[in-house]
Amino acid sequence: MPKITYIENNGKSYTVDVSNGLSVMEGAVQNNIPGIDADCGGGMACATCHVYVKEEWFDKLPKKKDGEEDMIDMAFEPNKFSRLSCQIEVSDELDGLIVKLPEKQA
Amino acid sequence: MMINTDVLVIGAGPTGLFSVHQLGIIGLKCEVVDNLDKIGGQCIELYPDKPIYDIPAIPECTGEELTKNLIEQIKPFKTKFHLSDRVEKINYEENKWLIKTNKLKEFRASSIIIAGGVGSFEPRKFTIKECEKFEGKEIFYSVKDKTIFKNKTVSIFGGGDSALDWAIELSANSKVQLIHRRDEFRGAQASVDKVKKLSTEGKIELLTQYQLSAIAGDNKLQSISIKHDSETIKKIETNYVLGFFGLVMQLGPIATWGLNLDKKTIPVNTENFETNQKGIFAIGDICAYPGKLKLILSGFHEGALAARGCFKYARPKEKLKFEFTTTSKNVQSRLGVKKND
Repeated sequence: MPKITYIENNGKSYTVDVSNGLSVMEGAVQNNIPGIDADCGGGMACATCHVYVKEEWFDKLPKKKDGEEDMIDMAFEPNKFSRLSCQIEVSDELDGLIVKLPEKQA
Repeated sequence: MMINTDVLVIGAGPTGLFSVHQLGIIGLKCEVVDNLDKIGGQCIELYPDKPIYDIPAIPECTGEELTKNLIEQIKPFKTKFHLSDRVEKINYEENKWLIKTNKLKEFRASSIIIAGGVGSFEPRKFTIKECEKFEGKEIFYSVKDKTIFKNKTVSIFGGGDSALDWAIELSANSKVQLIHRRDEFRGAQASVDKVKKLSTEGKIELLTQYQLSAIAGDNKLQSISIKHDSETIKKIETNYVLGFFGLVMQLGPIATWGLNLDKKTIPVNTENFETNQKGIFAIGDICAYPGKLKLILSGFHEGALAARGCFKYARPKEKLKFEFTTTSKNVQSRLGVKKND
């Protein structure tokens, strides 16, 4: 099972196994990792599952879908490595992925 | 003035609306309070045009259509909606809940159904702490009186329709900067074109790949600093700042009502969706129980049971008889059905 690492804004890090096919957001929520709210439940309608993808991983991820960038406009302090974690589907290729969490989601 | 009713429903999204229906057919009166200025909740605010495919027996409909049909379905009950208002305080007195809203309306109800989604919608604000100091004076997240901007400098942040529309409108009589974090705008193409045209004509200063980084002024806002993606900083003397970053959902005052909370959700029992507080029920996205699915259809089921849960508080001496809408004369008369037989 792919391992995904989530690093909180305060530096606290969590590495968990996430099944293929789940989203990076679901991986966080199911493992009770704080810092990802996911208010809309994965509908790309709220920008509260915003993460900063570790630089070296950013280009390895499947590209953003229509509408994701629009929603990132509303995220808390977005930067060029911003993604919505509900839109990143976990697969073997993403084993070892590292995402950093913003200071807060809203 | 005190409004007396059987049930106060908080939230006018699909789940709240259908609970109104279920209360109505068992003969209970209710009133609805919602923080938004229109009925429909997330369906209207987040995805009015997006098709929904998993409403039972409706192969496809948009959030707006679903809302319209739900409103039509509860018409017979002539329910009163209190929009753009928010429940602030609740108190339990003499077997009733006393409820106070932001606009100082007061209700007395034997129970409360919280169908609050993920809380109330609030404008998303600037992340810089000092902005709070100027909020409502020189920094705004919505425009109430546009005349104050006349002949002033106004810095508008955002990339959606609100930001574009206000930039266009205010550029007639104010010095306007439109500042956005990237080159693309998500607003309507016609507005984007208009803004670009006004920018080449020098009527709007367009600053993209910039975000707010600092703000200066003692009692009055004097200037803002914006940071480019390339880390360079630009200082702008300005009178007013407008931020249009859409809405966020905040649990708000619900968190202070003595309810058990699990993150942003309220645990309930699945028998009648009552919370740890007697007479307070929670349904839809805001409730939590093992196996909870955040689907509209689950919210409908939860509303049907919560409505029946309210009955014993509203009519403690009566026993609720289960009736079908197809056969019950009682229910049909409440629905205003006229039979030609």
